Amino acid sequence: MSDDPSTFVLIALTVITAATPLVFAAMGELVTERSGVLNLGVEGMMLAGAVSSFLCVHLTGNAPLSLLVGTAAGIVMALLFGFLTLSLQASQVATGLALTIFGTGLSALVGQSLIGVAYEGLPKLSVPVLSDIPTLGPLLFQHDVLVYGSWLLVPAVAYFLNRTRGGLVLRAVGDSHDAAHALGYRVIRVRYLATLFGGACSGLAGAYLSMAYAPMWVENMSAGRGWIALALVVFAVWQPGWVLFGAYLFGGITILQLHGQGIGINVPSQLMSMLPYITTIVVLVLISLDQGRVRRNAPAAIGQAFHPTT
Amino acid sequence: MLNPADGPLVSMRGITKAYPGVIANDAVSLDLQAGEIHALLGENGAGKSTLVKVLYGLLQPDTGEVLWRGEHAKLRSPSDARNLGIAMVFQHFSLFESLTVVENIALGMAVSANDSLRTRIREVSSRYGLPLDPDRDVFSLSVGERQRIEIVRCLLQEPQLLIMDEPTSVLTPQEVSELFVTLKRLASEGVGILYISHKLDEIRELCDVATILRGGKNVATALPKQESAASLAALMIGEDVQPVVRVDNPKTGDPLFALNKLDVPAKTRQSLALQDLSLVVHAGEIVGIAGVAGNGQDELLSAIAGEVPVQPDEMIWLKGESVAGWTAGQRRSFGLCAVPEERLGHAAVPSMSLAENALLTGFHRQPLQRAGLIAMSRCKRSANQIIDTFSVQCHGTGSAASSLSGGNLQKFVVGREILQSPDVLVVSQPTWGVDAGAAAAIHKALQSLVKEGAAVLLISQDLDELMAITDRIGALCAGRLSNFYSTPSIDAQQVGQLMGGKTALDGVA
Repeated sequence: MSDDPSTFVLIALTVITAATPLVFAAMGELVTERSGVLNLGVEGMMLAGAVSSFLCVHLTGNAPLSLLVGTAAGIVMALLFGFLTLSLQASQVATGLALTIFGTGLSALVGQSLIGVAYEGLPKLSVPVLSDIPTLGPLLFQHDVLVYGSWLLVPAVAYFLNRTRGGLVLRAVGDSHDAAHALGYRVIRVRYLATLFGGACSGLAGAYLSMAYAPMWVENMSAGRGWIALALVVFAVWQPGWVLFGAYLFGGITILQLHGQGIGINVPSQLMSMLPYITTIVVLVLISLDQGRVRRNAPAAIGQAFHPTT
Repeated sequence: MLNPADGPLVSMRGITKAYPGVIANDAVSLDLQAGEIHALLGENGAGKSTLVKVLYGLLQPDTGEVLWRGEHAKLRSPSDARNLGIAMVFQHFSLFESLTVVENIALGMAVSANDSLRTRIREVSSRYGLPLDPDRDVFSLSVGERQRIEIVRCLLQEPQLLIMDEPTSVLTPQEVSELFVTLKRLASEGVGILYISHKLDEIRELCDVATILRGGKNVATALPKQESAASLAALMIGEDVQPVVRVDNPKTGDPLFALNKLDVPAKTRQSLALQDLSLVVHAGEIVGIAGVAGNGQDELLSAIAGEVPVQPDEMIWLKGESVAGWTAGQRRSFGLCAVPEERLGHAAVPSMSLAENALLTGFHRQPLQRAGLIAMSRCKRSANQIIDTFSVQCHGTGSAASSLSGGNLQKFVVGREILQSPDVLVVSQPTWGVDAGAAAAIHKALQSLVKEGAAVLLISQDLDELMAITDRIGALCAGRLSNFYSTPSIDAQQVGQLMGGKTALDGVA
């Protein structure tokens, strides 16, 4: 490793770009899971968002519109999931897996003509004056809109969950849908909204991949990031701040895995790919020592279908 | 302020609600005046819960209507009911375990969980003698403490009509009389109170009018102050109940079970440490441990049953062996069975069938397996035997435990252990939320178990129960045991003193 600050900045920048889609996808899934819904279709929703936003930018050249289209694609996928699991009460696990398979196949079909198409990437929005600070400037103030957005999303979600009435109701629904129903809260509606929010975030995460990270369309380009996002939520014990930390940690590991050979780390790449999952397992073991933290934050009703009959 | 001449505060007319296979309410009517404490009496399955759920907007009746101050009331949801001024304390608490006390209360009241709500909670809880820390996590609270949340939540809403579903089953006699003072004051302020309880003495002391349901129908409206407990019970179950007869056991056998200076450190910050607990239970006697929930009962039961390991070995003795290091299964095989307080989720797995639940504790002492495989036919036979012996009302051994009413499931989990004919049986709150008929059945079963030479340790908050069936009695307070006294030699007030923390009574041997 070199002491040259610009090398450090370069590596840090790649870590940020690797972490940003994880932040979006995991924050969305966190909100979904906190309402008691386990959506394993993150990967599929990301791919839908990635291909549709890239298709849109290819056709129109309009980047803001394309981000919206990517978000909408995620929402449509989540709506499908919500209809099957919340309205028709299908198994959430099976439906989520099906959603991933469906999203993978559909995006490959839609994106066939997009392979090899070039796009210059989302414009960087430099903050005047601040972006000129050495080291800190390029690290914090020369990014595209989604990076800033991911940084704002975390405190916004944390504030919503812990400080607002809506967040309290959402956590209540995730803890015990029967009790929430008994108090007159609309369990299914809350869960739909949380599921759609998760879809929107996953769609944005996918859009970031195809419009900023790559930027191009490659089949199955999310490459397991949806699964890492799912692991991240558990890793973070359903706490937004820890999702941010975990996303940067896992993003850093991804970068190490890509550039490991280049910077002199001779570890088999398969081992590096395993690291996020191994870390999650280790963290799960560690957090199980603090039952209070788990009981406070883990949604007790996760994955359970709700029958509003009694 | 409402004048009774204005007509009833709430009037339920011809409420009928049918479920597949059962008519829960059959043209039930009820009139409740403002400022009246109105008892709703009936056995489990008589339709009380269905009726109050209709009143609270949780269920829509098939036919019939609810009039509020003489006008048709639309009760589509609990929030409609709350908007009218109806509040309810549930028997099965609608609490969110992962949230704090203040968050739970905020959810039931459509306000924010802020400091002003915390202040109001502290005010109400100290005014009505219901100690409650607003920032505690609910999962760390005992059943009794959880019920306080529900009561405080209702009182904070300043309701016009307060529905209380068995509110006193977890309170000490002192707390009960404090609660009654509160309820009477609320009633004198014009609040109507619909009071569901199976404690007939309480209803006679507190309530102005009683509506009695049996099999989903109105059978009578009575003035409880002019009835005796026996006549109310007769109306309720349609036949004369046999009151539990004290059976004094002058001669007891060998010591079967003993605690010897049992110390259990607190497992989490919230739970209680047990300190220096010693007691002996002999063959042929029922020993009672009184005490308000949250004073270490859960911890004591887990330590005795073997759910938490205890060190060193010499602290728990069973039939002359020190068993502190044994697992729950080893203790069962050797003759110690236990029934924990929480029926659903602790004593029984809610989503599993009765036959499977019979297997779960039964396989240690009964041949419910064949070559290591589950013998389902034997499990069903065992479950059927429990159902028949204890007249558990259900749709057969395939019913999920969660589909049974509280009292019926309680009969099942107590009966399951009794039919394993243990040498030592430890039961916690065996008749909590159970109607008089079922409670009497459980009490008789415990008495006949000790007659056969077993030893029973009964952990309960129900003083009437303890006074009626135990031979010796002590109390658990803040993780410490009082001295034990022969039950006939002391009265309920003295047990109340022990529950409050006194370890010895003056002038009693």
